[in-house]
Amino acid sequence: MTPIIDVRNIKKSFGGLTVIDDCSIQVQKGSITGMIGPNGAGKSTLFNIIAGSLLPDSGEVLLDGEPITWLSANHRFHKGLLRTFQIAHEFSHLTSLENLMMVPPAQEGENLFSTWFKPGEVKRQEAQTRRRALEVLDFIGLSHVRNELAGNLSGGQKKLLELGRTMMTDARVVLLDEIAAGVNRTLLGDLIDNIERLNREMGYTFLVIEHDMEMIARLCDPVIVLAQGQVMVEGSIADIQNNPEVIEAYFGAEPA
Amino acid sequence: MNELIYFFNYVVVAGSVTGCIYAMGAVGVTLIYSILRFAHFAHADMMTLGTFVVLLLTMLFPHAGDALGLPTAIVMLPIGMVFTSLVAVGIDRAFYQPLRAHKVKPIVMVIASLGVTLMLQGLIRLFAGTGAQSLYVDARKEIFRIDIPGVTRPIILTEPQIILFVVTIVAVVGLHLFLTRARLGKAMRAMSDNPDLARASGINTQLIVTLTWVIAGGLATIAGTLLSLDVAFKPDLSFFLLLPIFAAAIVGGVGHPLGAIAGGFLVGFAETLAVFNWSVLLRPIRDSLPSWIELPNNLAIVGTEYKIVVPFFILVAVLIWRPTGIFKGKVI
Repeated sequence: MTPIIDVRNIKKSFGGLTVIDDCSIQVQKGSITGMIGPNGAGKSTLFNIIAGSLLPDSGEVLLDGEPITWLSANHRFHKGLLRTFQIAHEFSHLTSLENLMMVPPAQEGENLFSTWFKPGEVKRQEAQTRRRALEVLDFIGLSHVRNELAGNLSGGQKKLLELGRTMMTDARVVLLDEIAAGVNRTLLGDLIDNIERLNREMGYTFLVIEHDMEMIARLCDPVIVLAQGQVMVEGSIADIQNNPEVIEAYFGAEPA
Repeated sequence: MNELIYFFNYVVVAGSVTGCIYAMGAVGVTLIYSILRFAHFAHADMMTLGTFVVLLLTMLFPHAGDALGLPTAIVMLPIGMVFTSLVAVGIDRAFYQPLRAHKVKPIVMVIASLGVTLMLQGLIRLFAGTGAQSLYVDARKEIFRIDIPGVTRPIILTEPQIILFVVTIVAVVGLHLFLTRARLGKAMRAMSDNPDLARASGINTQLIVTLTWVIAGGLATIAGTLLSLDVAFKPDLSFFLLLPIFAAAIVGGVGHPLGAIAGGFLVGFAETLAVFNWSVLLRPIRDSLPSWIELPNNLAIVGTEYKIVVPFFILVAVLIWRPTGIFKGKVI
């Protein structure tokens, strides 16, 4: 089976510092793949290259067999590759509902021509988008703040909204960038439930960068460990936790 | 009553004209700032350029407007707008986009836009010469005199002034509806709020940038052309417009289109009020003034030739008193 994301021999340096050194990873369709590694391992860089926020120096990124290495983030979005941000991003001057309504992929109104010449079509689509946005808010449990400006939401609610954003379209792969960071335990439970439901019921594939090991352990299989810009090991969470190399990378060498 | 009519002609009408022009320029500056995050100094030269294109077209087809009963320049205006928008997009692709791709600091973009200013000014002078030229080629400007019963002095309005008021209202209402109702307009606001998220939400930011230049270029052409219709086309038009336009944008709160419009009118009226000869209004009550007050012939706050002081003054005052502008700016 073709992996949904296939990263081949990516290299990326910033000035003289090589951050990703000939790194290849694969994400299988329908999986929730975790990506962990000590600080400076190149997780975020690799993540940004997959998301289209950074361009690699060399190598290839394939989405379901199709090369997307040089596509910009908004084009990747329309191919079903979505991301969330480590520090929750929101359009702070729009309400939660409007934030979600910014998203849909049909974009009929985003073409200058149809705005003026097909108003009926645009209106129908707006209504459809609105219905969808309300459903999503209900799903992620944010219905009660739908008319609140997104800038006023709590950190955890913003993260839920980020997840909601990915549900506004037919996503195939969602990249989660430390979605647990800064979220309290109760909301974290909601987040994890939502991610699992999306994976099970809607067939989303997830690639998760995370520092929260508890979350990785609950959600992810397989887990990829990066160190110094390369894949150190890949396997189930149990394998990873017992791997001496990983323990050394995280905690330093055992004193002799 | 004559004095009030005088006041109306020289303050209300003149102030509204200046206000409309500044407002349309300031909206362009503010939109460019909120999307691209830099102060676009070449904006006033886009006005000159647009006007120059309209002038050329008017000279080529001096009688194109006769059939419609409008000045030829007005008929040529849409073509000028399209052309200027294309040039604005071209300038962006050639000069600003490569800089953006290198993620330079905003100050570098500002200096680049200063370079574009000098380049455009030079080019326009090369082709248009340095003298003033009327946009009424081979036609006469219509002047309407409205007589008020019982008053000798009429209210005077010119054809371009009336067209200016109508066009400004249409442009402002249209822009407002576009930004608040149209999906693309909302996408524009979204991008000004958070460009990274806009991209991650599938918004085509390149399209938004192009659209911003098209709107700014179009409005600049309208403002420049209508001003030149009322006065005359001068290649150094931009020099006198740049500062008031920036003052208007800053006064209104940078990044706030409605604020820019308010700022435009504020600066425009402040200018006309400052150069207005207040002595005219005091003349009727001259006899009742105490004898030790001698009414001078000219009682303007600043002389016409120092008009440019006024926007400077407002600019500095606003920066000290309310640095974010009357309306809080930053995002549309």
